[in-house]
Amino acid sequence: MPGAEAILRGTGITRRWGGVIAVNDVSIELARGEVHALIGTNGAGKSTLVNVLSGEIRASAGTVELAGEDVTRWPQPRRARAGLGRSYQRSTIFPQFTVLENCRLAAQARFQWPWRVWSRASRCASSLAAAQAAADRAGLSAVLEREAGLLSHGEKRQLEIAMCLATDPRVLLLDEPLAGMGAEESERMLALLAGLREGHAILLVEHDMDAVFRIADRITVLVDGSVIASGAPAAVRDNREVQNAYLGGVH
Amino acid sequence: MVPRTIFVFASPKLVRGTIFLAAALALAFFPLVSGKFGVDYVTKTMVFAIFALSLELLVGQVGLVCFGQAAFFGIAAYAVVVLSPAAGPASVWWLLPAALGCAALYALVVGALSLRTRGVYFIMVTLAFSQMAYYVAHDTPLGGGTDGIYLNFAPTAGPIDLGKALPVYYVTLAALAAVFVFLAVLVRSRFGRALAGIRVNEQRMRAAGFSTYPYKLAAFTLAGAIAGMAGFLFAVKDGFVNPELLAWHMSGTVLMMVILGGIGHLHGAVIGAFAFSLLQELFMSQALFGDFSKHWHLGVGLTIILCVALLPRGIAGWRRARR
Repeated sequence: MPGAEAILRGTGITRRWGGVIAVNDVSIELARGEVHALIGTNGAGKSTLVNVLSGEIRASAGTVELAGEDVTRWPQPRRARAGLGRSYQRSTIFPQFTVLENCRLAAQARFQWPWRVWSRASRCASSLAAAQAAADRAGLSAVLEREAGLLSHGEKRQLEIAMCLATDPRVLLLDEPLAGMGAEESERMLALLAGLREGHAILLVEHDMDAVFRIADRITVLVDGSVIASGAPAAVRDNREVQNAYLGGVH
Repeated sequence: MVPRTIFVFASPKLVRGTIFLAAALALAFFPLVSGKFGVDYVTKTMVFAIFALSLELLVGQVGLVCFGQAAFFGIAAYAVVVLSPAAGPASVWWLLPAALGCAALYALVVGALSLRTRGVYFIMVTLAFSQMAYYVAHDTPLGGGTDGIYLNFAPTAGPIDLGKALPVYYVTLAALAAVFVFLAVLVRSRFGRALAGIRVNEQRMRAAGFSTYPYKLAAFTLAGAIAGMAGFLFAVKDGFVNPELLAWHMSGTVLMMVILGGIGHLHGAVIGAFAFSLLQELFMSQALFGDFSKHWHLGVGLTIILCVALLPRGIAGWRRARR
């Protein structure tokens, strides 16, 4: 949707691993209030692109801008504090902590105060409030005191989102939030994501095409590290190159 | 309901507090019933308990297996001797900060470099740095060579003369209690929780916005200072230092104490130090083992292997199936 203000902008991003080009000159924009889906076959470079945007790996070339500021050389924690949240394809929760503590610890990133060693973390009002709000929003308020490792798969994925939200991000990079979910769990997650659209710019990496076409405002298709199409879902669906390369002519 | 009331009264907090107080009182009254040997033996064990606590902070709380903890212990011990004037006793009030400062400074340097590595490389790099300190003590005039150096005058703290066994005992007990309480408060703080998060999943912590390197470096330096506290007390107690204090055996011994006691619990480190030193005393006893007591290392080693096989979570974790 042209006109919407881009919060995160990657320009000309390239990432090489030795002689292999994982991501080749990709430009992508995320705007507030928009779900931008990134699709592509396995090994197309989706996760590499997400990692470059989040700052986990350096771009070989290209720039990343967050809210107009060049963050290309910022390490991941600094980008995260500036409002860039991400979730992982494989759940990366803290399994032996409670759900609340998982969220609280994530929220603590904004109120770190490490030198205040005399005051208990579990009584830190600011991080507790943010944690509770995030858990509520992700639909986990009933299981706050449960050990995170004991949650169902779907709940773990919700917790992953809640931990993201607890840091109060402006941008959410979500790497396959629906992976391994049953139909009912997927529905719940999609409703959650749709609710997050307001106030956030979301990049959604997803394999489930039905989900993508239902929720995305924009779709970018990656094949062999390059963008072959980007635009509104209808346009992408009708794109011949996409059909040949990725959708296999089904549509 | 009656059972419920019992549970309320036996809240974990209360149980922990009671055990802590009982242990502190038992140690406080111990010299009244023991001879000179007992006092010296428990002093040494308490020094090792402080040393083990310093390593527990790294291994148990941050998940950093440091195999060079002896360097910080030994450097502080050497600092006591080297910085003490030849003419008379030094004041504890500057000697202690100086010794701790030396240990912490070395820990800061070692940490700054070694924390860039991970896993087995971290173990090897910390070992290498501690061996480096060992050879400085062993092979240069600064350290007095293999024979070590004597401390001419024990430091004084006002009216307290640390040249006598009993004052050293009580100062060590006070230091152990203080370090324990400090660490117990620390692990519950935001700093402590961030360290726990780093232990479980450092990548997730970075993604949330924690710059994990400064956290780990701060913990490493603090652990170095606490090991230095143990080294200071050791030097004052014995009035003598030698290069073995910095050797890798020492790092291995204290790591075994932590493992034996139970990684992940502060009280585990203290229990581990006492258990290890009891085992050592047991197998060194000629009355019990006769000639075999010469090979006490074997007995201690086998017992520890047995303990680890039967209690993989250490003595402190014996009743917990998980966590």
